[in-house]
Amino acid sequence: MFSGFDFDVIWRSLPYLFWDGMSFTLMLTALSALGGLVLGTLLALMRLSNMRVLGAIATGYVNLMRSLPLVLVIFWFYFLVPYLGQMITGSERPLVVGAFSSALITFTLFEAAYFSEIMRAGIQSIPKGQVSAGYALGLTYRQVTGYIVLPQALRNMLPVILTQTIVLFQDTSLVYVLSITDFLGAASKVAQRDGRLIEMYLFAALVYFLISFAASRLVRALQAKTAIIR
Amino acid sequence: MPMIDIQAVSKWYGPQFQVLKDCTTAVEKGEVVVVCGPSGSGKSTLIKCVNALEPFQSGAIHVDGINLQDPSTNLPKLRARIGMVFQHFELFPHLKITENLCLAQEKVLGRSRDEAMTKAMALLERVGLKDHSHKFPGQLSGGQQQRVAIARALAMDPIAMLFDEPTSALDPEMITEVLDVMVELAREGMTMMVVTHEMGFARKVAHRVIFMDKGEIIEDRPKEEFFGTPRSERAQVFLSKILAH
Ligand SMILES: Nc1ncnc2c1ncn2[C@@H]1O[C@H](COP(=O)(O)OP(=O)(O)OP(=O)(O)O)[C@@H](O)[C@H]1O
Ligand SMILES: [Mg+2]
Repeated sequence: MFSGFDFDVIWRSLPYLFWDGMSFTLMLTALSALGGLVLGTLLALMRLSNMRVLGAIATGYVNLMRSLPLVLVIFWFYFLVPYLGQMITGSERPLVVGAFSSALITFTLFEAAYFSEIMRAGIQSIPKGQVSAGYALGLTYRQVTGYIVLPQALRNMLPVILTQTIVLFQDTSLVYVLSITDFLGAASKVAQRDGRLIEMYLFAALVYFLISFAASRLVRALQAKTAIIR
Repeated sequence: MPMIDIQAVSKWYGPQFQVLKDCTTAVEKGEVVVVCGPSGSGKSTLIKCVNALEPFQSGAIHVDGINLQDPSTNLPKLRARIGMVFQHFELFPHLKITENLCLAQEKVLGRSRDEAMTKAMALLERVGLKDHSHKFPGQLSGGQQQRVAIARALAMDPIAMLFDEPTSALDPEMITEVLDVMVELAREGMTMMVVTHEMGFARKVAHRVIFMDKGEIIEDRPKEEFFGTPRSERAQVFLSKILAH
């Protein structure tokens, strides 16, 4: 049945697929998850603060990001950032922003909206008494947040955060619209070059599936381990 | 000058609901004052006002001569000097017992790890929990957790201790172990303001008893008088209810 197919093409392109493609994908996933989590946590804290203006800014941002298709954000960002950079730095030409930087900034900003929702739920799940106890000991808002609230919120939300990161891992494949060599980009370049579309896209699907599946099993195993004993 | 001085404090939640109505009382250095009253009478609110965990709209509170509402008052610094024990312990579940005791010592008082640890172990020994120092709060019983919470507050060398129903979330067999620690503390001369319905504790160590109802301080009298015959009808009804069981 597979007589007309050449699966050897996969074997031959493995180093390119993984060294060039997958490492880009994983790096982009890890860094934008981290960036998104940090920015998302800040947004969550802004939304939960009693400073109205901060809360409104954060809410507006989150709603905007969540109402736009990711592909559009990627496109716009790729085309806008050089001009924005030009405006900010006041240089004569559009700023040269590497594909990786552009993708990283985009995903960080986009994921922050989702992570902020997760962290907001996580922070709200911490009983009020914990915060009172921190203040009663003389800790400041920053200390209560840093030593008491966020560590617990992160621990509680870790499975959700990791699951969101798996989604992000799949979403990073969208950078292929910018003809960046991520894993899917690499696979499709080989596919076009060698005319082996079916083989390469099948293989790409299989790799995304295996990694995502294994990762979500891992998350489940981790879930039991990281739970805080109450 | 009293250690805790509460002058005509009123507090509202929203424009309608007044939780505290013109509350005035004082706690002298070394004095133990028990606060009791029906549920919703404002006991927790009053005690939380004392270390500025709750703001209030009128009146004044001075702790060790420091006005809580003075904008120049450093509230975290002041709170660090007042120990507080909560109904639900509020130990930090992600930190080991020793970390629970060391965190504020290090971050607020600036003690070194060694200093903080020495203090922590001494206090754990004192509340009978030295062997549990490496555990997490969730691994201890309610009574043990509350004793750790008392030790955590004491680690800051407080000038006064506030207790908000420290035994009401505990199973009956664990109440005594916590009350014993509190009795000892009272006998050592700690200034204490204790919201509790444990009248045995009040009889044993309290100097004064405050009875609150609907946000008002109805009675504020020496223990002997309070438990003696003459008292307000509301306090009588309340006492007969809680002494019934
Ligand atoms: N954040 C809040 N907003 C509105 N009302 C509140 C708030 N906190 C407390 N109250 C109300 O204030 C009143 C006094 O509450 P408080 O907790 O001080 O009572 P309490 O005497 O400690 O009662 P309990 O014995 O049940 O602990 C109650 O009617 C309560 O419902
Ligand atoms: Mg209460």
